[in-house]
Amino acid sequence: MQAYLAEYLPILIFLAIAVGLAVVIVAASLLVARQRPDTEKLSAYECGFEPFDDTRGRFDVRFYLVAILFIIFDLEVAFLFPWAVALGDIGLLGFWSMMLFLGVLTVGFVYEWKKGALEWE
Amino acid sequence: MSLELFVFYVLAGVAVGAAAMVISSRNPVHSVLFLILTFFNAAGLFVLIGAEFLGMVLVVVYVGAVAVLFMFVVMMLDINFVRMREGMLQYLPVGALVGLILLVELGLVFGTWALVEDVTPAFPAPAPDQVPNTRALGQLLYTDYIYLFQAAGVILLVAIIGAITLTLRERKGVLRQDIGRQVARDRAATVELRKVKVGSGIQ
Repeated sequence: MQAYLAEYLPILIFLAIAVGLAVVIVAASLLVARQRPDTEKLSAYECGFEPFDDTRGRFDVRFYLVAILFIIFDLEVAFLFPWAVALGDIGLLGFWSMMLFLGVLTVGFVYEWKKGALEWE
Repeated sequence: MSLELFVFYVLAGVAVGAAAMVISSRNPVHSVLFLILTFFNAAGLFVLIGAEFLGMVLVVVYVGAVAVLFMFVVMMLDINFVRMREGMLQYLPVGALVGLILLVELGLVFGTWALVEDVTPAFPAPAPDQVPNTRALGQLLYTDYIYLFQAAGVILLVAIIGAITLTLRERKGVLRQDIGRQVARDRAATVELRKVKVGSGIQ
């Protein structure tokens, strides 16, 4: 277990440096620079004129549909990784089980293609 | 204190703190960002107990996809945040009650759950120090747990169909390109020649 975790030590060091650097940059600008805030400095800046309206407008629901379809195929790809690694051990049954899984999802893919869910008018 | 223990406490502490910020921060976009931080720390915890594959999938699926979806929801709903927070104190007792019930149930499950002595599992998992994590998962998932695996595929199919049925609708008055129809048009169907008298115009 210790040897396995030692492989992750560089990532840990990288994370520590990244967090430390971020903290140092923000803290140094707070401590060293002169702070004299007023309402104009703190307000949102939009090319010199007043902000038009709120950022949170309504999005079309189709963005959401695309995101959901993306998640589904993302999960499908996540299932492929252990399969590819263990393909030598699991034999023909493992191979065809994945083919059936992919076939089922291909049915869904054909359905969404024919339905026009991928089209953007 | 060993480094492993130290890393565990840092990851767990940041995860709990970020989770608390998710429900208490004023701006929902900040909530989603704190949620992403929680996911990252949970992935770190997974890696720490040796479940490498789960940690990486957590980052890929939850941080890469689910967080984006949450972001869409937050931006799509167009909520008045000040008004939404007014009912917070009013709903707090109900929420606390639901949380308490869940906690008691979890305690009951883990407090009264005991394995039979020297039970043999139906599909013994390979020892983690001999086989890498991802490979061990692949050896079990596609053959021994084939029905559950295929059920996962069917659930994903249902998710595709459900998402399309719920959100896709035909819109009137939107021009959509249909190449077959474009090519099939001929001159007779589109152009009409008429004689127009001077000064009378055309209907």
